[in-house]
Amino acid sequence: MRVLVAMSGGVDSSVAALLLVEEGHEVVGATMKLWGGPAGSGCCSVADVDDARRVAQQLGIPHHVFNFTAEFEQSVVGPYADAHARGLTPNPCIACNAHLKFDRFLVRARQLGFDAIATGHHARVGWSNAARCLRRGRDVAKDQSYVLYMLGQDELSALLLPVGELTKAEVRALASRAGLRTARKPDSQDVCFIPTDGGRERFLGERIALRPGRLVTTEGQEVGEVGALELVTVGQRRGLGLAAPRARPERRYVVGVDLAKGTATVGRLEDLLVSRVVLQDVRWASGPPGPGAAVEAQTSAHGRPVPAHWDGEAVCLGQPVRKVAPGQAVVLYQPDGLLGDAVLGGGAAAG
Amino acid sequence: MPAYLDHAATTPLRPEARAAMEPWLSERFGNPSGPHGAARAARQAIDEAREVVADLLGVGPGGVVFTSGGTEADNLAVLGRARACPRPLVVSALEHHAVLRAAEVAAEVLGVEVRTVRAGRDGVVDLESLEAALGDDVGLVSVQLVNNEVGTVQPLEAVARLVRRHAPRAVLHTDAVQAAPWFDLAEAARVADLVTVSAHKFGGPQGTGALALRSPVELAPLVVGGPQERELRAGTHNVAGIVGMAAAFQAAAAERPVAGPRVSALRDRLVSGLLSRLSGARETAPGAQKAPGHCHLVLDDVESEALLVLLDRLGVAASAGSACASGAIEPSHVLLAMGFSPKEALGALRLTLGHTSSPADVDLALEAVPQAVSQLGGGPAGAPRPAGAGLAAAHAQAAPGGP
Repeated sequence: MRVLVAMSGGVDSSVAALLLVEEGHEVVGATMKLWGGPAGSGCCSVADVDDARRVAQQLGIPHHVFNFTAEFEQSVVGPYADAHARGLTPNPCIACNAHLKFDRFLVRARQLGFDAIATGHHARVGWSNAARCLRRGRDVAKDQSYVLYMLGQDELSALLLPVGELTKAEVRALASRAGLRTARKPDSQDVCFIPTDGGRERFLGERIALRPGRLVTTEGQEVGEVGALELVTVGQRRGLGLAAPRARPERRYVVGVDLAKGTATVGRLEDLLVSRVVLQDVRWASGPPGPGAAVEAQTSAHGRPVPAHWDGEAVCLGQPVRKVAPGQAVVLYQPDGLLGDAVLGGGAAAG
Repeated sequence: MPAYLDHAATTPLRPEARAAMEPWLSERFGNPSGPHGAARAARQAIDEAREVVADLLGVGPGGVVFTSGGTEADNLAVLGRARACPRPLVVSALEHHAVLRAAEVAAEVLGVEVRTVRAGRDGVVDLESLEAALGDDVGLVSVQLVNNEVGTVQPLEAVARLVRRHAPRAVLHTDAVQAAPWFDLAEAARVADLVTVSAHKFGGPQGTGALALRSPVELAPLVVGGPQERELRAGTHNVAGIVGMAAAFQAAAAERPVAGPRVSALRDRLVSGLLSRLSGARETAPGAQKAPGHCHLVLDDVESEALLVLLDRLGVAASAGSACASGAIEPSHVLLAMGFSPKEALGALRLTLGHTSSPADVDLALEAVPQAVSQLGGGPAGAPRPAGAGLAAAHAQAAPGGP
């Protein structure tokens, strides 16, 4: 099979390429240049492209660089800033997967005549009821199926995830054994286009107006203020400058943001708990789960899945969870202890 | 046999250059600045090479400064001139980054004003824009002889006339890197005070170039240290590179009367063949006078980044715009200067022929380019766009087998 591997310059995609070469596929590596601006972390730096190219050389495969900076700006960075301006909490990695890795890159691969693409994500492509499905990676701690919930049959049919059957430790061991220079490279942590210097506030401050806001309690009492309401996220506890009053020593959380009124509402943990989350832009791997079907929902990248069912519009949770910030993804899984939980689909929490 | 059609990027080493270099990569060695026999031998090799290069450039032996290549020679002309004479610089928008970035650095570091001359859609500098940029205050004007991307020949004599008339104190520099394989620079660049050449563009080794000083021009060195190259370029000479450059330059000049017409005939067949096979293709600078080796097209609805991957696989070494530090292709500043949109500029295809090009190379390109373009969906008008070439087919056959 001819396979185009998306090589970010990290250890996972390096080993993905290694495994495909060892399996005898005709492998070509490509690094997407996504971000043209300054960044202190994550992907797209010249050093990362150097790493990817060097690994490709070590594996004896061709390596190309695809300049997708315009699409990244249009589909990921711009919408990220716009969403903040609308009081949402977007997940740019999900947008990048949906628009760049599994759209633009896949289209390019097909144009170039490749039979499949591969990435270094920790997840597995499997089968469920004669349809393809995405399952959690074997290394549950590193599982990335949450950020891949948007993959449909078309994408899954063209996708190989060679490291999904491995633990991170096994990935690093394979990279070490093959002498790949990325073997001990640290995992990327942050949003790749947010500079470490100045962070989210400075980045967004250059793109959208950041306005101060008032902090009010659920009873309407004003208790403080914040410098930039657009940076406040539902569920946030730190960075609000609120000292817990002696009389009510419990922690206080942001339970809602209202940009029009210029307020963020703070409340107690129980004010934050919800048992139903309406989703929008819902994508299913192969159709929605039937009414009453017992599934599990995961409401953050590393959150614990909770029992749930889908009522056609919203995820109904079997136990209350912390409110999902509007814009954040909720992913539904079919639990499967043997083969790995299967992604049924997901969507973004409505505002 | 793959077709190497990227001679504007670099050319294969000529046998004459290799033969001249070989002794200096094995038994012969010596620092030309030393006091003994080995040094004197190296010195003699440099001196002889300098005479050859000076002669071909139409300057005296004292007028050749050997550098590490075309970029350094351009930097020395622009930045070295600005350091010695911090007055406004006039550069054309079509220049190589070696000139443009040097001018930007002069502006940043020395506070020198930089005036950029517009180009026309024909890939030629706009003489009215040049005239407007000139003045008594100008210290240097830099206009290339042949554009490295589209291959257009610039009207250097007209440029020189304007410079003499409107900027009498200015030095005229020309980057003749792309012109050197094809034109007699002693003649074609005789109006320039400073001329840049690079060895690997005419069959010499990479890492060697020269700046020719046709008249005494005050320059400040960029590489400082020892007194080499009349204190304009410090550092031990690259003896093998310099003798290789001289040998290649001589060989290129000797075959020029034959090579020019031969290569331009091949190029013309390539251009007309591609235009007749590709409905969405047009010549980037149709009708303009171009160097014999350059074929430059803009393709509608084709991303050159993808096209180059396919051509590479089909055995055709081609290029598009300029690459950034990561290797990603960006819209060419030359095409943007000519008035193409960024989208159009990302559909550029540059095929450049040179001293080793053969009819078979053209035949392969005439087969491979239309095939690749059609695979990318930009084929002849009305042709169906291949939906997911390999993938759809492969998976239509794969029955969903279940676990």
